[in-house]
Amino acid sequence: MTENTTTQTGGLRVKRGLAEMLKGGVIMDVVTAEQARIAEDAGAVAVMALERVPADIRAQGGVARMSDPDLIDQIIATVSIPVMAKARIGHQVEAQVLQALGVDYIDESEVLSPADYVNHIDKQPFTTPFVCGATNLGEALRRITEGAAMIRSKGEAGTGDVSEATKHIRTITGEIRALAAKSRDELYVAAKELQAPYDLVVEIAETGKLPVVLFTAGGVATPADAAFMMQLGADGVFVGSGIFKSGDPAARAAAIVKATAFFDDPAVIAEASRGLGEAMVGINVADLPAPHRLAERGW
Amino acid sequence: MSAPDLGAAPVGAGLRVGVLALQGDVREHAAVLTALGAGVVLVRRASELDDVAGLVLPGGESSVMDKLTRRFALRDPLRERIAAGLPVYGTCAGLILLADRLLDGIAGQQTLGGLDATVRRNAFGAQNESFETRLAVPALGDAPVAATFIRAPEVVEVGAGVDVLARLADGRIVAVEQGPLLGTAFHPEVDGETRFHARFLEQVRAAV
Repeated sequence: MTENTTTQTGGLRVKRGLAEMLKGGVIMDVVTAEQARIAEDAGAVAVMALERVPADIRAQGGVARMSDPDLIDQIIATVSIPVMAKARIGHQVEAQVLQALGVDYIDESEVLSPADYVNHIDKQPFTTPFVCGATNLGEALRRITEGAAMIRSKGEAGTGDVSEATKHIRTITGEIRALAAKSRDELYVAAKELQAPYDLVVEIAETGKLPVVLFTAGGVATPADAAFMMQLGADGVFVGSGIFKSGDPAARAAAIVKATAFFDDPAVIAEASRGLGEAMVGINVADLPAPHRLAERGW
Repeated sequence: MSAPDLGAAPVGAGLRVGVLALQGDVREHAAVLTALGAGVVLVRRASELDDVAGLVLPGGESSVMDKLTRRFALRDPLRERIAAGLPVYGTCAGLILLADRLLDGIAGQQTLGGLDATVRRNAFGAQNESFETRLAVPALGDAPVAATFIRAPEVVEVGAGVDVLARLADGRIVAVEQGPLLGTAFHPEVDGETRFHARFLEQVRAAV
């Protein structure tokens, strides 16, 4: 064996490994370099660069696409924490562009308008790792099979209503527990029902966890929301519109970081929740007509 | 040669060590330490530092760990314990926290210090440059170390009291030791590589 001479980039270990390093942290949506700076100063473990936060995509409508490369360049130049950016579901060329721009993670995201209503991107050939959304275990396993190196439960982005995030993280963790309780001969049918590869289903049943990091997203607006997601078993939290659509983004961002790290300490969460000004106004998911529910994009 | 002693206690038996658990790959370190027989305390508060005989600073985002150690009054107790000779093993972000001097930190970023070295954050570039390789680490024996570098730092300069344990083929320093302080720019904890943790636990045993 030759030491110190051969190196490999883009392997599964480094792709999944970056997400492992983000655990216990908060990833924040930003639409300008200035917001990225605020997020980094507040203690974000990474930023998600996009053109409009989900609340604005929702309000303004129209087709939502990958961000302008100039914006992504500016954000990469401004911060030294990892920078993520979103590509449309199935849009392999947007993903190729994001890889060429040197983003650290690509989010194949239902928040943007899907570019393919049948296929997701084949993520395996990329050097840049992908994070994908999921509402249940089967969806998570299909994304992992396609090459996703990190999963986030979808929630309902741009609402400030945490109920869908709760539902999705509870569904995924509950289905993992149910799988772990099955006997070996029951896993064939389980794989069929999950619409996921048998070998991966066996792996989940044996280890009792996903082989990649599981964050949660979509509706987290307060420190208590973030801590709630962590108590439900999330490895970390994405906060989209919740920070920069609130009254005092810098203070709220720092407070959510604290509450995520000390998710099991109500005294810390109480202290972090003081004096943050207005939370984002929000929309109740129950009031959203079905065609406007982003979580239903992706399959 | 004598027969192996199958009844030998694992290297960590009876030792209580901490893992700084504010953010990062805490779980992976805790799993390796537990497998080596040590009792693991997750450290987020100064009081949790009181009864540990060694500490691992995990991988993660060094700027976030720095902020949280300051916001939660952990920085000074950590610095005091390190100055008093606490064995510490830092990987990646943990190596950054351990270094006396930091290059390319975010605005205002501080380190805990203790290790007489200068470390450059994100020295290899963005994620697309993250890599896996095999390293010769003579101090750990002949078998090479599987090493995963994720947006990793490098050690750009060391003081006279620091031993270099490993370099990349191009000469860059990626593993160092100074008395009870051990630092690697890579992540043995994600590769099933236990020899660095065992070495750290031997330091802990020598110090208790």
